Amino acid sequence: MFLHSVCETNKPLSASHSSASRLSSFFHRYANPGRFLRLGKVLQPWLTWPAIALTLTGLIWGLFFSPADWQQGDSVRIMYIHVPTAILASAGYAALALCSVLSLVWRHPLADLAAAEIGPVGACITALCLATGSLWGKPMWGAWWVWDARLTSVLILFFLYLGHITLIRAFDDQQRGYRAAAILAIAGAVDLPIIKFSVQWWNTLHQPDSITLTSAPTMSGSMLWPLALSMLGISLGFAAIVLARLRASVMESRIRSLLSNQRRHNGDLS
Amino acid sequence: MTRKTRRLWLVIICVACFGTAAALMLRAFSSDIVFFVTPSQLTQNAQPADRTVKLGGMVVANSVKREKHGDTPVSSFEVTDGQSAVTVNYEGVLPDLFREGQSVVAIGSMKNGIFIASEVLAKHDETYMPKEVAEALKKSGKWDPRFGPPPDAASWNSMTVKDAKKSLLPPPAPAAQ
Repeated sequence: MFLHSVCETNKPLSASHSSASRLSSFFHRYANPGRFLRLGKVLQPWLTWPAIALTLTGLIWGLFFSPADWQQGDSVRIMYIHVPTAILASAGYAALALCSVLSLVWRHPLADLAAAEIGPVGACITALCLATGSLWGKPMWGAWWVWDARLTSVLILFFLYLGHITLIRAFDDQQRGYRAAAILAIAGAVDLPIIKFSVQWWNTLHQPDSITLTSAPTMSGSMLWPLALSMLGISLGFAAIVLARLRASVMESRIRSLLSNQRRHNGDLS
Repeated sequence: MTRKTRRLWLVIICVACFGTAAALMLRAFSSDIVFFVTPSQLTQNAQPADRTVKLGGMVVANSVKREKHGDTPVSSFEVTDGQSAVTVNYEGVLPDLFREGQSVVAIGSMKNGIFIASEVLAKHDETYMPKEVAEALKKSGKWDPRFGPPPDAASWNSMTVKDAKKSLLPPPAPAAQ
């Protein structure tokens, strides 16, 4: 199935040379599983090891050596995990929605596999974001959970991830699962701006962003550096995990089609 | 129009429609999405006595009175948004972050012009600063936490007590009583 669809999508590329086809030829360059696996193998260590090094440095710095906040005390250290996971929960979903557009419009076979692999990783990181936020909320706000716009929209994001994970595996015909899940992922992308701007559009219990593009961060430099390191490290880690899963999934579908070809071949002989 | 372009437009139109629907829905429900009402909103629109509302604002400096009735702490404080202030009575333990000048959200209802809270949540703002910086700002007279948020973060790192004394800011006006 997988190899078949790859051949199908690669065929019209050599024929035409319009700008649209150049765009799709860029997208489809790595639809060839062999080429993707070769690139992935080279890329993997460059993601994994910096991810481990940066995350460890950032977290050790943040959890043990950065100063305590003047009123939050040591509870501020939860931020060094909470903020990166919160950003990645949204960024992961944006990647999921992008893969879904590639899948629906360009019928990119690798995008389908990537969407299937991003889902569980994104759900885990969103769960981590919600859990660490809750652990911070109890001592600081005095409540584990409140139904304000930011918290509720992130909870909806978590359920969107869970829905996507279920839907993409819910059909016997894999392609129908990919289509249905892609539509869900694209529709759910409406939640992303709501999450981002919830703290500006409505008053919420959750604080507004400390780091913005338009003004200086309202955070001391001694806390900003470890946060930046762990943010970079956890982002690379997310990419590394998704890449590793995607490579495994491409190899799996290769083996599957090899086995089914062999079975068909053997059937023909007997 | 190739099939790919048609599919792309289909996706774009669907997203636009869905986004518009979501935006209209959020606009319609925006009064329910806000987490709290401000003291001026509360005093302008009289609420029925039994209606539970969330009142949010800053705790007015020197307005906090704490007592103990038996084992339960009883406290009274004023909450302001800069325009009007509402007195809040609360029976129970206040969160650790509660202090004068802190933003809080009190959940309860109005009774005879006084807000009777059943729960008080502290709101944290977006500033993160080490103890030493806070002490330095307080000592230099650049900031009194009881009167609101700290000065611009860009000034923290370079600031010393000496610098602060040179360019002493006038203390912010106390909020409306």
